[in-house]
Amino acid sequence: MSEISHALNRFGYGIRNGERPPVDPKAYLLRQLAEFDPRPGPLAQRPDTSGEAGELLQIIRRSRRAAQQEPSAMDDEPGQSRGRDKRAERLEGLPPEYRDKAREAFGRYRKDAAARLRIAVASPTPFAERLVHFWANHFSVSSGKAGTAYEVGNHEFTAIRPRIGGRFSDLLKAAALSPAMLLYLDQFQSIGPNSTYGSRQRRRAQGNRPQRGLNENLAREILELHTVGVDGGYTQDDVTEFARALTGWTIPGLARIARFAEEKPGGAAFVGVAHEPGTRRVLGKAYPDTGADQAIAILDDLATHPATARFVATKLARHFTADHPPQALVTRLERNFLETGGDLASLYRTLVNAPESWAGEPAKFRQPFEWFTTVLRLAGVSELGDSRINGALRQLGQVPWSAPSPAGFDDIADSWAGPEALLRRIEVAERIARNVPADDVLARAETAFPDALSDSTRTWLARAESGAQAMGLLLVAPEMMRR
Amino acid sequence: MINRTLNRRTMLAGSLVLGASSLAAPRMAFANAPGERNLLFVLLRGAMDGMAMLAPTGDPGFAALRAAALPDYEGATQIDPLFQLHPAFDQVGKAYAAGDALFVHATATSYRDRSHFDGQDLLETGGSRPHSLRQGWLNRLVGLMSDGEAPRALAIAPTMPLALRGDAPASNYAPSALPEASADFMDRVAKLYADDEQLAGLFAAALETRDMAADDGLKNLRDATAAGELAASLMRGTDGARIAMIELGGWDTHANQRGAFNRPARQLDALLGAYAKAMGAAWDNTLVMVATEFGRTARYNGTNGTDHGTASATLLMGGAVRGKRVLGDWPGLAPNQLYQERDLRPTTALESVLAGAVSEHFALDPARAMKNLFPGRSSAPLNGLIAV
Repeated sequence: MSEISHALNRFGYGIRNGERPPVDPKAYLLRQLAEFDPRPGPLAQRPDTSGEAGELLQIIRRSRRAAQQEPSAMDDEPGQSRGRDKRAERLEGLPPEYRDKAREAFGRYRKDAAARLRIAVASPTPFAERLVHFWANHFSVSSGKAGTAYEVGNHEFTAIRPRIGGRFSDLLKAAALSPAMLLYLDQFQSIGPNSTYGSRQRRRAQGNRPQRGLNENLAREILELHTVGVDGGYTQDDVTEFARALTGWTIPGLARIARFAEEKPGGAAFVGVAHEPGTRRVLGKAYPDTGADQAIAILDDLATHPATARFVATKLARHFTADHPPQALVTRLERNFLETGGDLASLYRTLVNAPESWAGEPAKFRQPFEWFTTVLRLAGVSELGDSRINGALRQLGQVPWSAPSPAGFDDIADSWAGPEALLRRIEVAERIARNVPADDVLARAETAFPDALSDSTRTWLARAESGAQAMGLLLVAPEMMRR
Repeated sequence: MINRTLNRRTMLAGSLVLGASSLAAPRMAFANAPGERNLLFVLLRGAMDGMAMLAPTGDPGFAALRAAALPDYEGATQIDPLFQLHPAFDQVGKAYAAGDALFVHATATSYRDRSHFDGQDLLETGGSRPHSLRQGWLNRLVGLMSDGEAPRALAIAPTMPLALRGDAPASNYAPSALPEASADFMDRVAKLYADDEQLAGLFAAALETRDMAADDGLKNLRDATAAGELAASLMRGTDGARIAMIELGGWDTHANQRGAFNRPARQLDALLGAYAKAMGAAWDNTLVMVATEFGRTARYNGTNGTDHGTASATLLMGGAVRGKRVLGDWPGLAPNQLYQERDLRPTTALESVLAGAVSEHFALDPARAMKNLFPGRSSAPLNGLIAV
């Protein structure tokens, strides 16, 4: 198998129409890390959405108070991605103020999803884009929950993109404490029971007013999904203690606490009066009460924990090589992570320089977003409207930031390689092929998969009855399905 | 818009050169202006089998070469003692009977190899070698007719086909309902996956759960009808396109040709029928030219299909056509009469048909048209195709 084809496909989003394949595959990948643009054009133009989610939640609270009941439609379960029509239907009958705001939020979400795809399609540094998307999925947030639609794109654009080449601890802190994550995993409404706010609430608690307290969701998922992993050796007490340390971390714009809120980098807020006082013990270590920094200190330690090194190494190896990655590669990555204390640039260099990364035939079944991005780059499609992009991704079964659980999208073939999913790719491919110039398809196929095009694909492309048909076949060829 | 004065003068001068009969003159007058003459070029991609469209069942060689095809022509329209029309061409057959269609059999461009891509390149550019010209002959035709302003030219296709690419202004328009050769595409995907265990398995499972074939035919016929109506709607009236082009794929019938040919043939027939009907009175001033890059082998292969060949048949339709005729010298089907002992031998240059028809239709000087549209050819443009 050709290393150049691996550099393009296994590590990237394939070749762009008109681009020449690299000469030195490793140098090509490493150069991308240096040349990566964390804030390309479409992102520089994105309006500031901080505060919008808080405003939306305020509208919901006001509406509820007015209705004296809780319309269940307002609290979509996390991770349930819904079709647009269904969403519109559900919005019917809700207070107009909320409806308008929710519509605006979904509009922002669709724009962000389209921007994400366009950036990847146009990118001269596709390996770096793959890393962005890998980390965005590691720190997965989903658009289903009220308010998150404003923030899930921002989460990737501002918390993750600028930090993919830095230290894991910085990436972790930015991603886990971004407004999107604080909303998605319910942290924004977690209140220390013995905090000033919690005590006062308890004293006033009479009658039917629901009382808010500690919410463990974010603490648990940081341990289980972002750092040490489910087998990382933590207990329920660790979860609860970590959750107490996290109290006070919330989003800005929530009226009841806004006047106490202290702005934090990345658009989050810290409300000292909701923070649980006292020293916390997590994984055997004591953390004195330093307010907002208490959780930061815990995150810093989790970021360099040996279990985290193993967990991250395994996921990274799985993403780039195989559903069951070579143990030698996992060990290499894990060792490097521990040695450097989670220096990500060094981790990527280790990945690129490892012989296991270049071995074997393409073994990973491309996820729908990966396939679609690769298709558009290869076919040379540069102008595609927001609704076409969102429609295609929905049809293909993977809209960004809509993973079904906080664990993110699965990174194994069994979750993606289904008959219906394949059929949809074939339909999309035929449609795209009819809309792009289809000259010299065979030559373009050789360029896209240098020394890696199968005889079978070559034969069937050559026998196509038209250029467009050859292009359609290329877009669904086995070489395009696996990387 | 078109500079009518100039165009009419050109047209009249051209008619005189061609020796227009007095019978044709009134029609000219009613047509009001040459700018109201319409041309629709239908490009059949994939090598349409002329011997299936217009089958030489009267040639004793036919049954020997294609015994398995004979049931298709039992009771099919007898065009003349030699030829029968494939039963899928219901509307075309009616147009033929009404004098609005003619066939030229055993036509081929000057291309003699068997690559779809190169063959289509030649048919679209008008060059005598593949990739020797970068502009399309249909675009050059627009240029030839642009004494004042260019007539409107339009491709009904998602991307500009090579035939209309070039210096003269042309646009393209893609409706969502263009007929697709989906079933053919699916067949090819199946072959593409044959050696790939995972994808072949998934694909087979997908086809089982979705009964593709049943719905596909109907949908494509609806789409073909819609495409024909759309083409007409874009060409009607003085603001409409005078020159348009549409493409139809699915003709690469390597296996089980009876079914595989019937599918696109019905689409083509539906498209042409819908177009003719929707053109209304303008049909009288309309020329439709249906051509393909090359024909197919004369003999059925081991899978009852045909492989890439040489000569095919060309169909001209429209009220402007002097129809109800089959032109061309029939080369015969005996082994020694076949081209390279396998293909129908070309006896008429497709370029001569196209150049002859458009120059008569638009009153252009035929020699000049031939030289400009299809440079480097030795054959002369045909005449007498159009009722001028």
